[in-house]
Amino acid sequence: MGTTQRQDGIVAGRLAPEAYAENFGDAYPPLNPHEALVAADRCYFCHDAPCIAACPTEIDIPLFIRQIQADSPKGAAKTILNQNILGGMCARVCPTETLCEEACVREAAEGKPVQIGALQRYATDTLMATGEHPYTRAAPTGKIIAVIGAGPAGLACAHRLAMHGHTVVVVDGREKPGGLNEYGIASYKTVDNFAQAEVEWLLKIGGIRIETGAVLGRDYTLEELCSDYDAVFLGMGLSGVNALMLEGADDHMSDAVDFIATLRQSDDLSQLPIGRRVVVIGGGMTAVDAAVQSKLLGAEDVTIVYRRGQDRMSASRHEQDHATSAGVRLICNAMPVRGASGGVEFEYTEETADGLRGTGETFVLEADQVFRAIGQTYADTPAAAAELERGKIRVDTEGRTSISGVWAGGDCALGGEDLTVTAVAEGRDAAESIHRTLAT
Amino acid sequence: MADLRNDFVGIKSPNPFWLASAPPTDKEYNVRRAFEAGWGGVVWKTLGLDPHVVNVNGPRYGVVYGADRRVLGINNIELITDRPLQTNLDEIKVVKRDYPDRAMIVSLMVPCEEVCWTEILKQVEDTGADGIELNFGCPHGMSERGMGSAVGQVPEYIEMVTRWCKAATRMPVIVKLTPNITDIRYPARAAHAGGADAVSLINTVSSITSVNLDLMAPEPTIDGKGSHGGYCGPAVKPIALNMVAEIARDAETRGIPISGIGGVTTWRDAAEFMALGAGNVQVCTAAMTYGFKIVSEMIAGLSDWMDEKGYETLEDFRGRAVPNVTDWQHLNLNYITKALINQDTCIKCGRCYAACEDTSHQAISMSADRVFEVIDAECVACNLCVNVCPVENCITMEEMAPGTIDPRTGREVVAEHGEWTEHPNNPSAVAAE
Repeated sequence: MGTTQRQDGIVAGRLAPEAYAENFGDAYPPLNPHEALVAADRCYFCHDAPCIAACPTEIDIPLFIRQIQADSPKGAAKTILNQNILGGMCARVCPTETLCEEACVREAAEGKPVQIGALQRYATDTLMATGEHPYTRAAPTGKIIAVIGAGPAGLACAHRLAMHGHTVVVVDGREKPGGLNEYGIASYKTVDNFAQAEVEWLLKIGGIRIETGAVLGRDYTLEELCSDYDAVFLGMGLSGVNALMLEGADDHMSDAVDFIATLRQSDDLSQLPIGRRVVVIGGGMTAVDAAVQSKLLGAEDVTIVYRRGQDRMSASRHEQDHATSAGVRLICNAMPVRGASGGVEFEYTEETADGLRGTGETFVLEADQVFRAIGQTYADTPAAAAELERGKIRVDTEGRTSISGVWAGGDCALGGEDLTVTAVAEGRDAAESIHRTLAT
Repeated sequence: MADLRNDFVGIKSPNPFWLASAPPTDKEYNVRRAFEAGWGGVVWKTLGLDPHVVNVNGPRYGVVYGADRRVLGINNIELITDRPLQTNLDEIKVVKRDYPDRAMIVSLMVPCEEVCWTEILKQVEDTGADGIELNFGCPHGMSERGMGSAVGQVPEYIEMVTRWCKAATRMPVIVKLTPNITDIRYPARAAHAGGADAVSLINTVSSITSVNLDLMAPEPTIDGKGSHGGYCGPAVKPIALNMVAEIARDAETRGIPISGIGGVTTWRDAAEFMALGAGNVQVCTAAMTYGFKIVSEMIAGLSDWMDEKGYETLEDFRGRAVPNVTDWQHLNLNYITKALINQDTCIKCGRCYAACEDTSHQAISMSADRVFEVIDAECVACNLCVNVCPVENCITMEEMAPGTIDPRTGREVVAEHGEWTEHPNNPSAVAAE
């Protein structure tokens, strides 16, 4: 008998070997064709539909659902991908409950929106299973564009540029392309190596070369890019994490994003150590992903502690429910004060006119392992010449930075929510802007 | 990419999806919106003589719903255009001028006097319209005045008016037929004899959609009374498909161009009409239910399907199903199938059992733990269980291989075709050659 859930400390192999595959399987299994038809039947094909307006990439949702109804799932996929080339991933990771599905008129009518995300996955999976790539490159323009970051923004930008006939070199600091799709999202949302499969499918357009392992500022400079390429798109995301120093807790505290990245790249989860009692500090989707996956790795007791009220959490209610149904405890209105013997001391908080304030009342949570998930930052300034605003690269409505010939989008750029789907929209729109600029 | 361009009796349109003569094509504003949405053509709502008709000021439509308020059929008591003739003609002219690549057909309905037809045809020609459609179909209101289906129900009138119109205009003449007859071939033959370039069908079916049990009056109810209307939408598609097929395979009318109408809602409906010989389709109820944007789905769906099947043009598949429409007497009686229930996908609702046990051949068994299985020795392959099963492909009809024994009859399944015309039970059977 190896280790068990009840062993203190941070250890690997808390579960029976077969439990890992089950725990980390698809959290929301795909619809089968019958389920898809039943779900599609509920769409009213609204005029000027609110769901379209709620989608950052403005997918024509009623049309694609009607195409599923009319037995054209591949046509439905094209309708989706025309607007959002990463529609497959977005179908898996979009917080649809706060976007399209929240706007669905059947949410108002019955409290049960059409399952837009699941239907989008059904359509895109159907097309991608055939291996078909329904887009072709325009005649080569002779222009060459550098895209920094192979995450959602960079990939969407690269694909749209390639469609217009440009040649694209995508440079990413990590070993694999995909960005947060590959390194930053809970694995049960994107099983079967989907992030890499999607990148491979996307590259079928041709004209895109990906170079990995090169970091802007370390291995090359923005000035070099500007002189070597006709245009540059910055989509490298956020590389820093917000600091949180807790006296006495540093030895067992780490960043949730690193934990998630390690987990995503692990090919044997039974070898991945996890604490018996895990505390996650934060209130966003990263906090939920880290907490739920801790639980799935066999942590006995997992708690998310968020400093404000539950309604202020940036993780959606659906995400919160997912966490609590996985056995994660949620404590709101409490902030960490210091490391305590075998745990962390928290102080309850209250919102006042002057902001958030500790009430003086404290409690201690036992913890072998503490994850920080209090947000990411545009840490260093590799693109130093580009002007920042509120800590991110300032861009105009077309994604242009303060430097001529340099565009930016995704999490590293100002504006929009830090969502995959927002990054896709910004990358796509920046590509159109680059194309227009190069054409003149 | 499939080529969806349509050439119907010389009238060209970028796709085979036309809006039928009906409320959606009543005026310039609507038709411009339709063309912007991508419709290949319109048949302008029926023009008549001035003084123009008037409509009721109470409800004009009744409806039949499926589950979840899905519109299956609409019944309509609206008459032909209730605007002055010149207003319509002026609008037709400017819309056609602005959309020269779209088909502009003008529907007409005037009294059965030659001068009425020749006069209005001159005026329509001046608009630059591509063709005309003779409305011999509407079953409500106008028929009481000797027009619409009152003409469409008398083949001699159809032939007469068609002949007048052909003689009076250079424009192609499409004759729109009413389904409110016993045999569609007679009015189609009459149109053909009169020289029609094409027929379009079906117009609406005479109907009362429902009765208001508080008012004790039919819906739609106008001040306590109701009148029969014209039924349309997905519910009438089977009637329309049959009528299109009858004309397509009739010896006298075979080859006459057909514009298929009746419940076309998706690309598949259109493909089905065209497989039965229609050169294009006309749509109304789907647009009235969901708006003009549905044509996006129709265009994309038809194009994708054609690509998948390797059809490059509409002509590549048009009429392909016509040879397979036959008379009952020629169906192969030696083709034997048995229902098979897939136990892995069965959800154990028992609808197949109820249907078979109560209303058919007691060919499904039910165990205490709700396992439903087909009894091959009783199954006549009626298909009812397949039809009522809520799970697609859970029950399938499996063909019995030649050489096997049909446990119901004890006879060997034979590979040869055998039909009623040569069956021993048929008093007028002839031996197979």
